[in-house]
Amino acid sequence: MLIAAALVTYAWRFTGVLLSGRVSADGELFRWIGCVVYAILAALVVKLVLLPEGPLATVALPVRIGATLFGVAVFYAARRNQLVAVFAGGAALGLATHWLDGV
Amino acid sequence: MAEHAPTAGVPPPAPYASPRAAFRGGVRDALGAPVLVMTASYLGFGSLIRASELSVAAGVFSSLSAWALPGQVASVELYTGGASIAAIVIAVLLINFRLMPMVVSLLPLMDRRSLTAGRALFAAHIIAVTTWAMTVARATHIPPEQRLPYLYGCGLVLYLGATLATVGGYVLAGLVPAPVTLGLVFVNPFFILVLLVADLRERARWMAILFGALLSVPAHLATPTWGLLIAGVAGGSLAYCLDRRRGTKAPRA
Repeated sequence: MLIAAALVTYAWRFTGVLLSGRVSADGELFRWIGCVVYAILAALVVKLVLLPEGPLATVALPVRIGATLFGVAVFYAARRNQLVAVFAGGAALGLATHWLDGV
Repeated sequence: MAEHAPTAGVPPPAPYASPRAAFRGGVRDALGAPVLVMTASYLGFGSLIRASELSVAAGVFSSLSAWALPGQVASVELYTGGASIAAIVIAVLLINFRLMPMVVSLLPLMDRRSLTAGRALFAAHIIAVTTWAMTVARATHIPPEQRLPYLYGCGLVLYLGATLATVGGYVLAGLVPAPVTLGLVFVNPFFILVLLVADLRERARWMAILFGALLSVPAHLATPTWGLLIAGVAGGSLAYCLDRRRGTKAPRA
């Protein structure tokens, strides 16, 4: 499976190399694909937070949502600092899990 | 050639002394916030690999060969969710599409004489959003023969850092208590979320995100193997069409 993903990923890079010699005027196609990409990623994130199937399934739903909202709030509060937000989101989930488990 | 925009006394970045110095400059620039963000998110990916019961070799292979985190996370999550190979391939194909315009916009900036096919393909392989952004920002200030070394400098730091962090995340997941592992695994979807909300100014973009998010759960419950893809294509297409109709003044068929 990973090999297939790698080939597909590299195919785009390779296509870019080929095309970089010529200007591509397919503006509308790019825009459509861009929309689909953002929608897929949004769907992925929502699904991972609301319906996780991996280890995050052991975490309660309010905790997952709370940590997500907290992290996003930190992102905006920290002037869109990705590093701080990522750290805050992960820490929020970890700490909440820790406290709730009484570990 | 360099733009001397007045920015409160900060001088514009000067060209490097040589291509080799440009390479070192790229390395230095990447070794700050960029590699930290990359490491943090890839520690999360390494933990995800472990939690998904894939081997560390698989994780490293994924990072070395298909280096683009959202696509990597999607491939692993779809795989553990039971999606078919076809669905995974299509999803990764669509998600990583942005690699092509990045390469197309970057390679023409390079020095034509020294840009062999091998170098171009290697540069394309290590390009990521951060590397692309850094190189594009720096390119206008340095002569063409220094741009490719700069790209190699920051690109390699991030590429190798990501691979090391994959291993690190995998190892950490076994050593640290469960809450820490969960926090790291959570970093994966959260990092993607941060990327999505980073720039919501374009209408097509936030509509696509909104529709994809709304369709996500119903589509996945209806068909776990194709749900994400359907939500993405349907939501994205809807956003695209709505944006076009509201954006144009003349009625279109």
